[in-house]
Amino acid sequence: MAKTNSSKKSSKEAGSAKHGGGPKPVYGKVRLPETDEGATVFCTDPLTIKSHYDIDYIHSYAEDSPFFRGLAEGKLRGSECPKCGYRFATPRAYCMECGAKTAWFDLPLTGRVHTWTTCYFGSEAFLKETPFNLALIEFDGVNTLFLSRLIGATEKDIRVGMPVKAKFRRLAQFKPTDVYFVPAEKP
Amino acid sequence: MRPVYMISGGITKFTKAEPQKSFRVMCKEAFDYAMHDCPKLTRERIDGSVLSYFSDHFTRQLMAGIMAVDMCGLVPKPSIRVEGGGSTGGLCFQEAWRHIASGWMDCVVAMGFETMSHVNTWKGNEFIALASDTNFDYPVGGFYSGYYAMMVVRHMHEFGTTVEQLAKVSVKNHKNALHNKWAQHHYDLTVEDVRRSPMVAYPLTMLDICTMSDGAAVAILASEEVAEKFCDNPVRVLGVGQGTDAMRLSDRPHGSVILLKHEDPSWYKNLKYPGVHSFRAGRAASKLAYEQSGIEDPREEIDFVELHDAYTSSEIQTYEDMGLCKYGDGGKFIEQGHPELSGRIPVNPSGGLIACGHPVGATGLMQAVFAFWQLQGAIAKHNDGNASFQVKQQRGIGRRKMRGAIHSHAGTGTYVTVSILESTR
Repeated sequence: MAKTNSSKKSSKEAGSAKHGGGPKPVYGKVRLPETDEGATVFCTDPLTIKSHYDIDYIHSYAEDSPFFRGLAEGKLRGSECPKCGYRFATPRAYCMECGAKTAWFDLPLTGRVHTWTTCYFGSEAFLKETPFNLALIEFDGVNTLFLSRLIGATEKDIRVGMPVKAKFRRLAQFKPTDVYFVPAEKP
Repeated sequence: MRPVYMISGGITKFTKAEPQKSFRVMCKEAFDYAMHDCPKLTRERIDGSVLSYFSDHFTRQLMAGIMAVDMCGLVPKPSIRVEGGGSTGGLCFQEAWRHIASGWMDCVVAMGFETMSHVNTWKGNEFIALASDTNFDYPVGGFYSGYYAMMVVRHMHEFGTTVEQLAKVSVKNHKNALHNKWAQHHYDLTVEDVRRSPMVAYPLTMLDICTMSDGAAVAILASEEVAEKFCDNPVRVLGVGQGTDAMRLSDRPHGSVILLKHEDPSWYKNLKYPGVHSFRAGRAASKLAYEQSGIEDPREEIDFVELHDAYTSSEIQTYEDMGLCKYGDGGKFIEQGHPELSGRIPVNPSGGLIACGHPVGATGLMQAVFAFWQLQGAIAKHNDGNASFQVKQQRGIGRRKMRGAIHSHAGTGTYVTVSILESTR
């Protein structure tokens, strides 16, 4: 806040008259307060500073909500098309094949590795978790796949077709990682 | 629809980080390069522009497109932005094509850029991974290299593709770029070098993957009348095709192959398609582009391809999608040397994304510029007199004009564009 300086109650009062009954504007030593915020400078030529950006989203799972509630109950829910019978392991509100609204069904908790990888680097958000395995899981009688983490096996053990079973976090985080897969047999 | 021509192109040299220039100055430099290369064309004759950039997260400047447009003095003419992940540049090229083909405009600037150095590489990977389902895919470990790695692991399982075959793509593309002054990496590599570089996501190493970059590229398209009047050596855009597939890999069907004209259904009797081993969008785009161009067998009727090799694996998968070889033969195709500069059908003579870099919104237009220079026979002109990566017409001399294909590809094959360009000489 600018400090008022009564001794400078000077000649420019004519201007202030326009402002009616509010606080009178102050002339003279008016300045922004200084802060010690400064800048993080990476480079002076070209001048390059750190610019922070952070945001919390209000992320609604919307039509996918029952899936995430299901994980907390130890259930893996897929979508089944009542019209054409197509079964999606990763839920979707409408059938991609025929356009009908899908219904929920419980997936089996055992499946096989359809394909996989081990990530040694990752997005910044997941870098601290590396190395980790990603796998697309296939289920008997289901047309599509499900992306999950695979733990309890390394790059050397994992094979396409390997039987795996679902496990659930006891304390749900309401994320797709509330479910993960482990080898169903000793690697 | 009426004929469309490319009459000029310009690029900046792509680099990991270009802190000295903002995106609008990079666009202006690419635009000036193109205008300089087509000296009879004046800015007054340009009717509008199409802008291509992928992520507002990288720029942290909404409506960046208009800032590039005003820097180039292209206001108050019409302008529109297109976006479709990694294929943004290819989509931009085709949108500009539609501007001309429809008769709406006679001369349009397709301009693209990306400035990916404004965040660190791993934050950048996070931004890119936001181009995957944020309910089911991103939170599991969102990382595009991981997604492509899973696709190629399945390709290896289905077809016996090897990591050495992947590495050969990196060796080839880096070798092609050795004397391309516009390329970012000039590496003379061996298969062992590629395999020994740090593993990113099994089986892809650092040298199997392109570099996030800063850069801009411009392609100027025109009607026949404008092309004849202002350009001594225009290149015809013979046909365009585009395809799509489901965002989530998990949703991709396991059905039948979409056949190209030269293919026989007996080739794929037991293949479940596309699964996660192939890009159905790439096949759909190729099919449409070939149909519009009157191409019956791409193996005989295209002289080179600039394709989206963000990963060595996706180059191999794309040979198959584009019908340069059968599905399953992509690994053998590189092993037998067919896509080499001196091979049957050179692929990525420029060095591709692997050697030049991948500033997303500029990449598909960079391919158009390299293909344009190839078809003009002007590689030496734009490369300090060095024609090392100039493709000679492979076959059909006297029978038809030289042709090239450009192929732009987004996130695990969600959007793919294929455009066929033909020399007018």
